[in-house]
Amino acid sequence: MSIAAAIADTLEEQPHHNKPQKAGKLTPYWLMLPGLLWLAIFFVVPLVTLFGTSLMTPVPGGEVGEFEQTFHFANYWNTLTDSTYYVPLFRSFLYAGAATLLALAIGYPLAYAIAFKGGKYRNLLLVLVIAPFFVSFILRTVAWRQILADEGPVVAILRWAGLVSETGGVYPSAFAVIMGLTYNFLPFMTLPIYASLERVDHRLIEAAGDLYAKPITGFRKVTFPLSLPGVVAGTLLTFIPAAGDYVNAALLGRPSNTMIGNRIEYTFLSVNDYPTAAVLSFILMASILVLVLFYVRRLGTEDLV
Amino acid sequence: MSKTDITKAEGDLYLENLVKSFADFTAVDNLSLHVPQGHFFALLGPSGCGKTTTLRMVAGLEPPTAGRIRIGEADITYEKPYRRPVNTVFQNYALFPHMTIWENVAFGLRRRGVKDVTKQVDDALALIELSAVAKRKPAQLSGGQQQRVALARAIVNRPAVLLLDEPLGALDLKLRRQMQLELKRIQTEVGLTFIHVTHDQEEAMTMADTVAVMNNGVIEQLGPPTELYESPHTAFVANFLGQSNLFGAQVVQTSGDDVILEDSDGRFVMPRARVADRVNLTAGTRVLVGVRPEKIHIEALDDAAPAPSHGNFVDGVVVTSSFLGVSTQYEVRTSGGDVINVFAQNLSAREMLSTGSRVRLSWLPVHGFVLSGSEDINAGVEQELVLS
Repeated sequence: MSIAAAIADTLEEQPHHNKPQKAGKLTPYWLMLPGLLWLAIFFVVPLVTLFGTSLMTPVPGGEVGEFEQTFHFANYWNTLTDSTYYVPLFRSFLYAGAATLLALAIGYPLAYAIAFKGGKYRNLLLVLVIAPFFVSFILRTVAWRQILADEGPVVAILRWAGLVSETGGVYPSAFAVIMGLTYNFLPFMTLPIYASLERVDHRLIEAAGDLYAKPITGFRKVTFPLSLPGVVAGTLLTFIPAAGDYVNAALLGRPSNTMIGNRIEYTFLSVNDYPTAAVLSFILMASILVLVLFYVRRLGTEDLV
Repeated sequence: MSKTDITKAEGDLYLENLVKSFADFTAVDNLSLHVPQGHFFALLGPSGCGKTTTLRMVAGLEPPTAGRIRIGEADITYEKPYRRPVNTVFQNYALFPHMTIWENVAFGLRRRGVKDVTKQVDDALALIELSAVAKRKPAQLSGGQQQRVALARAIVNRPAVLLLDEPLGALDLKLRRQMQLELKRIQTEVGLTFIHVTHDQEEAMTMADTVAVMNNGVIEQLGPPTELYESPHTAFVANFLGQSNLFGAQVVQTSGDDVILEDSDGRFVMPRARVADRVNLTAGTRVLVGVRPEKIHIEALDDAAPAPSHGNFVDGVVVTSSFLGVSTQYEVRTSGGDVINVFAQNLSAREMLSTGSRVRLSWLPVHGFVLSGSEDINAGVEQELVLS
């Protein structure tokens, strides 16, 4: 059942007394007002401004960073066909996709273990999952430099195992960037999956076993489908911020591992090419939106959430 | 029997000296049962009596502490639940919410690798008369419909034993009555062994061929519903199954086929056949005498009329009377001090006996029963009140 339907049900059960209807009808709007104002001022207005910027062209003969509004839609096409920009864009989706899959591979079993085997330690384990948030995002990512450094334990083990050469390392590299992304967004994957696994009725799993399903089949046919809302939420909460992230690529990657976030930052702050940076921002937003819509459609989540 | 055959085992169900102990108490205590194939068997008892634990052991959801479970020749005591030819209709139905009704019913067949499930699933849905909702999800069905789907999902697999765990517990009274008849019809139609766990004595009596009354992890008495009702062997059964008037008495003597008993209200005659097993009948022994309230005849006391020449009777005063439509319920205090319940059928529009009127109660000797005097007179009473 959708959340909206559940809420509607709850509301319907309330007896309707003959109280003054006016105040009651307006209440939801008053409650929404602060949020709507906030969104309007800090999201919609900047978005419109940004869109305006994306259509500007340099002032002829002007200085660096001087632009005028010319409604130059060709900015979009020019940017999309420039490999300086579309390569990092694809790379972003590639890294974010890889990090999402890794986070799912790590986060699902973790959430499953906490939900089904956690027992009385459940809450403690959940606190441990979010414990990294007590340390700044940047600091934690910098810490990964130490972990993956040539003198660090990871490389030592990999060298010993012969997985990297005696002089080779793993930082900076695409591998390090993906590791960083995976690590940083793991809680966003784990918590929603935990929330939906925790709601799965154990009697359904018993029923599956009673109906000749081996434990693994019971998981595949019952537990996993019922945890899909959490998987969808978790992958979105991981993939979307990971695709736009620039901290991990900046701290753990080489210039050849640049992601779209880094490219936008560089174009905006170093090149002072504001229209192109704005165009990139819109392209990133649009591509994420399309990917997410496609993904949610495929899984038919309207039934599941 | 080889391992691969277990999922296809069939025959009678045997529970042999089954024990289930948890940390601090014994839920099922040395229980032995034999349920013939195709029987509708009810395990009846108050909550906590061990009936559900017994069921879960048969289903394989709970490992027994000791004892054996067999179906025919196959020992399934420690077999994995998904390998047993046993299916369960769960108390909360446990339908898979993300699947359609059709897929729910097909689930078991598919897991067993049945190639073409279409016909069997369609037939099962037709049997429960829910073909029309096959494409819906469980949440879109009413409680009664979900209950029938849970039944179809289990019987479509033709298990050797079908377990029903309080399957009607969540339904309202009217629907429950309807489903009782429905369940009985389906059982007769498919001919599977049904083990039905319930705390509702009426439910057990309506449907089952054999009822086992359980209390504190043991079976108090087992038999056809009429036998249990008419000849309870323990105070618990007498009180839990319907209502009984129980009062203490003393054996005076046995003469031929009759036993003569005495209490503060006088003497009673009981045929020997109405005395429960293991009751000591030497003179002076304390016993319990029981009579069902509807077996007692009540009439206004006519001092002029001579005392009846046969039957058992006591005189008393009406304490309360309540008109229930089909019958009138009286509470009568006898001159000896016992309180006796009487259900008088409203056969004619005769006047109700008012509170305080003097009455004579009488019943045929064959309608009474005698229990051991060591029985707890109130066993099974409280639970019944709590649950109803």
